[in-house]
Amino acid sequence: MTSTLEPKSMGRPLTRVEGADKVTGRAPYAYEHPLSDPLYLHPVLSTIPHGRVTAVDTSGAEALPGVHTVLTPGNAERLADTEDREFAVLQSDEVSFHGQFVAAVVADTPETARQAAGLVKVDYERLSHDVVLTADHRGLYRPVEDADEGPSADTAQGDVEAALERAEVVVDHTYSTPTEHNNPMEPHTTTALWEEGTGHLTLYDSTQGVHVVRASVATVFGLDPERVRVVAPHVGGGFGSKGEAHAHNVLAAMAARALPGRPVKFALTRQQMFCLVGYRTPTIQRVRLGADRDGRLGAVSHDAVEQTSTIKEFTENSAMCSRWMYAAPHRRTTHRIAALDVPVNFWMRAPGECPGTYAAEAAMDELAHACGVDPVELRALNDPETDPQSGSPWSDRRLVQCLREGAERFGWHGRDPAPRSRREGDWLVGTGVASASYPHMFNPGSVAHVRHDGDGRYEVSIGAVDIGTGAWTSLTQIAADALGRPASDIRLRIGDTAFPSASVAGGSSGTSSWGTAIVAAARAFRDRHGDSPEPGAEASASAAEDTVDEGYSIYSFGAHFAEAWVNADTGEVRVPRMYGLFSIGRVVNPRTVRSQFLGGMVMGLSMALHEESYRDPRYGHIANGDFAEYHVPTNADVGDLRADWLDEEDPRATPMGSRGAGEIGIVGSPAAVANAVHHATGVRVRDLPITPDKLLR
Amino acid sequence: MKPFAYTRPAEAADAVAEVAANPDAAYIGGGTNLVDHMKLGIAEPTSLVDVRDLLSHRVEKLPDGRIRVGAAVPNSDLAAHPEIREHYPVLSQALLAGASGQLRNAATTGGNLLQRTRCVYFQNRAMPCNKREPGTGCAAIEGYGRYNAVLGASEHCVATHPSDMAVALTALGAQVRVLGPSGERTIDLPGLHRLPGDTPQRDTILEHGDLITAVDLPRLPLAARSAYRKVRDRASYAFALVSVAAALRVVDGTVEDVRVAFGGLAHAPWRAHRAEEELRGGPATEEAFRDAARAELADAETGPGNAFKVPMAVNTLAATLRDLSTEETS
Repeated sequence: MTSTLEPKSMGRPLTRVEGADKVTGRAPYAYEHPLSDPLYLHPVLSTIPHGRVTAVDTSGAEALPGVHTVLTPGNAERLADTEDREFAVLQSDEVSFHGQFVAAVVADTPETARQAAGLVKVDYERLSHDVVLTADHRGLYRPVEDADEGPSADTAQGDVEAALERAEVVVDHTYSTPTEHNNPMEPHTTTALWEEGTGHLTLYDSTQGVHVVRASVATVFGLDPERVRVVAPHVGGGFGSKGEAHAHNVLAAMAARALPGRPVKFALTRQQMFCLVGYRTPTIQRVRLGADRDGRLGAVSHDAVEQTSTIKEFTENSAMCSRWMYAAPHRRTTHRIAALDVPVNFWMRAPGECPGTYAAEAAMDELAHACGVDPVELRALNDPETDPQSGSPWSDRRLVQCLREGAERFGWHGRDPAPRSRREGDWLVGTGVASASYPHMFNPGSVAHVRHDGDGRYEVSIGAVDIGTGAWTSLTQIAADALGRPASDIRLRIGDTAFPSASVAGGSSGTSSWGTAIVAAARAFRDRHGDSPEPGAEASASAAEDTVDEGYSIYSFGAHFAEAWVNADTGEVRVPRMYGLFSIGRVVNPRTVRSQFLGGMVMGLSMALHEESYRDPRYGHIANGDFAEYHVPTNADVGDLRADWLDEEDPRATPMGSRGAGEIGIVGSPAAVANAVHHATGVRVRDLPITPDKLLR
Repeated sequence: MKPFAYTRPAEAADAVAEVAANPDAAYIGGGTNLVDHMKLGIAEPTSLVDVRDLLSHRVEKLPDGRIRVGAAVPNSDLAAHPEIREHYPVLSQALLAGASGQLRNAATTGGNLLQRTRCVYFQNRAMPCNKREPGTGCAAIEGYGRYNAVLGASEHCVATHPSDMAVALTALGAQVRVLGPSGERTIDLPGLHRLPGDTPQRDTILEHGDLITAVDLPRLPLAARSAYRKVRDRASYAFALVSVAAALRVVDGTVEDVRVAFGGLAHAPWRAHRAEEELRGGPATEEAFRDAARAELADAETGPGNAFKVPMAVNTLAATLRDLSTEETS
């Protein structure tokens, strides 16, 4: 732990430094970099969930004028390393899920490529498949654990069963969340260029981590990472789905290597994004709470059942949030997963905490109802003095303040706790609350470079990525304060592996990890060059390993409030008001942070009411895989949304005094909406999303 | 997308001749549905005949009091037209309940009537679908059933018609004017759209080459008190789970006249003749509204994915008529 930076630029609502470029169309996204003579790739996806490709007839496609090549499992290059089977593109005839790449066309125009892809005939041998997760699935197993790092799948303290047995009040319910897809606005896109002479591969990519993609692609193709460059100056959202490379990066690079010297552009269609770039597993979560009549918890048990793919394991840590959220002497959490014939699931919008907190906070609402205790006070009553899992002190836990102040600002008080007690015309009206927490994530290893341009102007470089969150702006502010200059003197350079290595933009870790590296580099620069550096003076440094104070449990917290109106005739739900009050340490940029909070709250609303990917058990595909049928809120669904935060700093978390802010907006907000719907109607929908049919009377 | 020819003939008759001569030709108006289908590979016309400029863009009052809506009138213009808003509010409301502002600006009156089902299996070339490829089967019956029909479906197809406007026009009993290879004719709604039977590939009774030139609204004083209620999974920009177009006249607590059509329930906009008969001359009470709705839905056939549509349709019709009858009294 080092001293905290004096905030001069930090804390100001600086407008986005790249804003003008974006609104005038000058900010290039992955598909748009001006490159000469590009070619276009359109893939062919498997139409069976499990089996073998027995024949690929490319003659029709190859006969089409403008087609340069058709890649198939028969002619694709053999990759150097396919230990990660998600990247084993066109390496065998095996089909492991519906929507897997089985061929790809590269042509002069996107239209020709698409038409030709439609002419590729693929024959299959079908094998039996299993794509349906159930609570008692025969294939459920305890996830493989990494002994050194990564959380344990199960935890147990005390004797939960005995505590539940003797509890005066028990809540025991199962909650489910469906398969959900991240759906960033910008589709996953890679423009790949292979220069045979130099052996250089360049990817213009829509990614949350240029260095992450470089590492994967270099490994898969057996290339020296120094010969792979990944460029991503601007990214139109990722929400986790661009947190690692996916198969499309490999396919684009493979096509480029087959056609040296020509850039190959590959943007997935919206429909293809439902097959190939990750998603949130469905979850089936049993939550059991045992309490005394006043609502004081004696036992907390949270068991999560989820799926993963047969080719790559990923566990959504849904039950983890119950390890630290409330005090109870007896506790247990478990995760069980089943490997199904489905695409690889991955990070999506607060993986783990988001679905887990929905279930846990809905259960807390049920407990408040069962005990006749105000839901805000129930949470305050069970607020732990120290981290109930580790026993460590909190760096700064202000959940109760968020709840109580939030309740005040939302207008919680005076609420009749009885469900179905308020009606406005044809609408039943209710309010709900939920707590939120998200662990402070710091990824070590990021490096920043500082160079004095002269006249007090500095260039600050780091291979970070702004996925729409505001990193261009907030890192500029951090650099300004670290160098003691106004923000206008900082020229930030990010989004390119040509700049020093940086960790992924994900897990609410970006600002913490990169900002800490920038502060370290600025301090190294000032140590070396003093207060009057020569033009051209430079220094690099990586974030110190001991940035985060290990003696403390460090989390961001928040409280969500929502008002729901449910039509008594039709079951339609409207949410005219949502309010969130957050505790995230110092706010680096109030403008971009508010935007992230509001975005998270909209996504929480979306999860509560709208989002559901229906995987057809017979074919294994997502039947409703486009924006007409995979619903997210429209403007008309989003009412008066407000987000505030406590004025604070947390020097134990980062030298900026900040903690993670990216995901706390979506954690808890679905439960606040669901709890409000229950309060409005008296109907407890435990299976998201809460669509009108589930509320019909 | 397959390459295609594109022409813009000057006269409707030339357009009809051009399409009639080529079984793979298609008319294009706003293109808001057809272009999607071409991208998805579920429509592959070799020739597009653009009729947007040769069809009428006007809403005009005929000497006998009827309203003639040109087939090229954009949905947004029709919804905003003062004559429509005042005398046919159900139509204006239905149009505004459909699609988005941008789509309504592009979509035409004729094209809206002829949009095809949004059934997710119809729109996916990898799936069996009797409507897209007769004889391949229906994946929707046992599949994602949220939007499936509950009335008038067949073992070959359970698709629903997606238009909101067509539901209002069906309640109003509008007439569709058609120019075909053998001349002009008119079709009374709900006679344009058909039930799937064993030929679900045919959405309407139109023959290849038929071109909708206009829609005539009858003089219908009853329609001045009318409403469209669309229930959907979000507040805007979603297809109807259930929708109701209704017009109601109540005199001394008795239903003197009523028009009802449902959307979201069938392969075609569903004129609720049975419910209308039950209601006419009876008491204007919520109970009577519910009974009439139940009578209309007595033959509904549902699966696990769409069973909710029956109570939703009953509730929605009752609520719509309740609101109309309350307005009447106040």
